[in-house]
Amino acid sequence: MSNPEAIHEAPLAPQGAGGAPGPADPPRVERVDYTIIRRKAPWPWVLAAAVTAVAIAFLYGLATNPALNWEVTGEFLFSPPVMSGLWVTIQLSILSMLLGVIIGLIIALWRMSTNRVLQTIATVYITVFRSVPVLVQLLIWGNIGLIIRNVTLGIPFTDIAFFSIPTNQIVAPFTAAVLGLALAESAYIAEIIRGGIISVPTGQIEAASALGMTRARTTRRIVLPQALRVIIPPLGNQFVTLIKATSLVSVIAGGDLLTQVINISATSYRVIEMLAVAVFWYLILVSAASIGQYFLERRLGRGVKR
Amino acid sequence: MSVYTAPIATADPQVPVVEAVGVHKRYGHNDVLRDVDLIVERGEVVCLIGPSGSGKTTLLRTLNHLETIEGGIIRINGRLIGYRQERDRLYELSQREVCRRRERIGMVFQHFNLFPHMTALENIIEGPVGVRRTPRRKAVERAHQLLARVGLADKAEAYPAQLSGGQQQRVAIARALAMEPELMLFDEPTSALDPELVGEVLAVMRDLADSGMTMVVVTHEMGFAQQVADRVVFMSDGTIVETGPPSQIIGNPIHQRTREFIQAVL
Repeated sequence: MSNPEAIHEAPLAPQGAGGAPGPADPPRVERVDYTIIRRKAPWPWVLAAAVTAVAIAFLYGLATNPALNWEVTGEFLFSPPVMSGLWVTIQLSILSMLLGVIIGLIIALWRMSTNRVLQTIATVYITVFRSVPVLVQLLIWGNIGLIIRNVTLGIPFTDIAFFSIPTNQIVAPFTAAVLGLALAESAYIAEIIRGGIISVPTGQIEAASALGMTRARTTRRIVLPQALRVIIPPLGNQFVTLIKATSLVSVIAGGDLLTQVINISATSYRVIEMLAVAVFWYLILVSAASIGQYFLERRLGRGVKR
Repeated sequence: MSVYTAPIATADPQVPVVEAVGVHKRYGHNDVLRDVDLIVERGEVVCLIGPSGSGKTTLLRTLNHLETIEGGIIRINGRLIGYRQERDRLYELSQREVCRRRERIGMVFQHFNLFPHMTALENIIEGPVGVRRTPRRKAVERAHQLLARVGLADKAEAYPAQLSGGQQQRVAIARALAMEPELMLFDEPTSALDPELVGEVLAVMRDLADSGMTMVVVTHEMGFAQQVADRVVFMSDGTIVETGPPSQIIGNPIHQRTREFIQAVL
């Protein structure tokens, strides 16, 4: 019964093709239930074991390294200076992102405008702000008071001024940080948004036009909602990059998480332990952003079959 | 049914709905439409047929100013589309004014072009609520009536991706009808459909024609043209070769080119 060869030799030709037995055409192929043996794949397990062993050894080494004092990490994890630094980092990230998205949207729309002047401005803007390293931009904004002593509202090329404030009063390190980060971000975001808008088929715009929708309304109701679905994943990526880029503001004493951590380590000489505090909080921030992105994408996925 | 019976005539019934005279359209050095005249009377169904590249889709798109023209004039309900006339000059209208003149011209596309991020119902009320400022409740009520009329009463909450091609095209027709058009333009409405879905869309269009809607239909469906059209227009190389009742154009064409085309497609 369970001899597999018998099956192999059973002809596949249709019944009655020649010398078919019996008038009722009984089935020639017998039904047999075989047990299927899955192919064994032992190597992934071996690899997993090896990787786990190395990871454990590494963590054990870290935990037991006499040069490291993890109590310091625990002690400072929730300390007031770290908390205030964390708060500054969160504010910097969110403000820079918001500002970056607003400017980026405007630049993207200008770049796609039929107006040549706006197009050129947008292209130059994107080129400049993508070319200059963020660190350099932060240093420039942080030291802007050196070249522009006063911010004055008046009529250009005359002595008429309505008011004037010393630059250093407005462009505090925090403002400089937001400006530097937001402007650098906006150039990238503009390109991301433009890509998203281009991805919306022209038929959508034609359908909206045929309904008598104005261009502004078409952009708002038809193009942007569809573009967002394409925009959000790279934008989320950009936000994650931004969160980490905020650490650069430590060079202008931005008061962010890294600034605070470095300040503490400078007096305690516990460098790695304090950096571990920073690592912990950056991990938390980025994880939170990723979760937010997941839900945002789910909401924007309406009407899309996957 | 009162859902989309002939709209309240806002213009003089004597004035043709479409009046295109000497229309010329050029892409670079390529003349896509040469001196085309097309008159469509109120309640008339006109089918545009012809080989691809003959300019029939372009002509249709000039009627609601999706394409601009280089020469001639197009009047819809006696009003210029896209321009304002002052003595012998035509001034281009602002896009806001163009939009206002388009409101009463419905258009159905080959690829449906439903808004994928909106349900069938939201697609239909987008125009009335957003453009016409119809109260939402009233627009929703009417949208349900229209969906029932195209046989999709149970699909109000479905997204386009959850609908078959034929269902999407019927929603697209309902969306156009929601603006209470005085003229409906169809751009190869069944060309992108699986063969078994063509019938349901044509049935809705036939129904619409019977209700007295003025329609211009670019189509390859000779059967539909034969049964529904009041007049068939055969185009080739950017010109109108021959026009007349379907029995003549499809049944017994005069021109050699028309004859060749009809033989090839039948």
